[in-house]
Amino acid sequence: MLSLTSDIRTPWHRVPAGAKLLTLLAATALAFWLRTPGQAGVFLAAVWALYLPGGGRFLRQGLRLMKPVLPFVVIILGWHWFTGALAAGVVIVARIVALVSLANLVTMTTRLQDMLDRVDAALALLRLPARWRRRLALSVALVIRFTPVLVQKGAALGQAWRARSTRRPGWRLVLPFALVALDDAERVAEALRARSGGL
Amino acid sequence: MERNITLIALFAALIAALGLVPSFMLASGVPISAQSMGVMLAGTILGARRGALAVLLVLFLVALGLPLLAGGRAGLGVFAGPTMGFLVGWPVAAFVTGWLAGRWRDGTPVVMPAIAAFIGGVIVLYAFGIGGFAIIADKTLLQSAAVMGVYVPGDIVKAVLTGFITEGVLRARPGLARG
Repeated sequence: MLSLTSDIRTPWHRVPAGAKLLTLLAATALAFWLRTPGQAGVFLAAVWALYLPGGGRFLRQGLRLMKPVLPFVVIILGWHWFTGALAAGVVIVARIVALVSLANLVTMTTRLQDMLDRVDAALALLRLPARWRRRLALSVALVIRFTPVLVQKGAALGQAWRARSTRRPGWRLVLPFALVALDDAERVAEALRARSGGL
Repeated sequence: MERNITLIALFAALIAALGLVPSFMLASGVPISAQSMGVMLAGTILGARRGALAVLLVLFLVALGLPLLAGGRAGLGVFAGPTMGFLVGWPVAAFVTGWLAGRWRDGTPVVMPAIAAFIGGVIVLYAFGIGGFAIIADKTLLQSAAVMGVYVPGDIVKAVLTGFITEGVLRARPGLARG
């Protein structure tokens, strides 16, 4: 179902999730020490080199995930060009692009279940009660199960609107949409109460 | 307890779904995503604690890699990007919105939840968003505010709509206001 994990196998898929997350943390700290365009350029090139073992299609997947950052790259570079500090702008942009690319690489090469296992291990380490961990696991499962259901019900509400009006469906649909979600929540709670014997 | 968990989880799913359905147009023809309105609604409808937890749950799943943000964005990368301050501010915005809406529950319908959504979902949220952009892009707060300011009018409209939608939901399901 919903997940950004890439189906293209890379050597990074075999690296444990914990090791990748720690590397990401270390790289984030390192990135804020970069001062010159040369240093930042080497850092960015090194991050993008990590995509190469996955091949061209994997690289394109990674590039597609960078699209939302593009407008900010343009704004930041434009601003620094305008104020005569382009070198500083290049460092900032290279740092942002490198860190987002590296974080995306971790997401693309780590299965959701492995991430969840890491979180559970971290919570156990913090000695959080098992009851809380069960509740978190149930909440995660409910969101994963019900997001596609609600998207479908939202689409159905939109179709019902279009069948009755020539205008585009607008914000008014959010009210019945919220009621659908709240009513589903009440029904699921009743079912859980009937079956679980308390959480 | 079951009801609290399902309300939090289903509202998290609703926030995600609002990001996945196409954005809607204002009368002026400007498209706006309903997802940040979902954050305001989490506060006004579920209350401060449950609303903030619903938003935290969405962010937790986004960090794990589920593409639940508007436009299918997800992963740890969004927390390293220029808009990370807004994401960090989301749970706080939902909490403040819910706390204010709860205190003003007996006030003028529509208006009070809209004001709560404005304070929590615009003023508090932009404080985080502008701060986050200033850190990531190495800008002053004023420079960051100038960049982020273009989104404020759309979010003010969302706060007003939150007032209307909250009033409709609480009238249809009065049990929610009692927690």
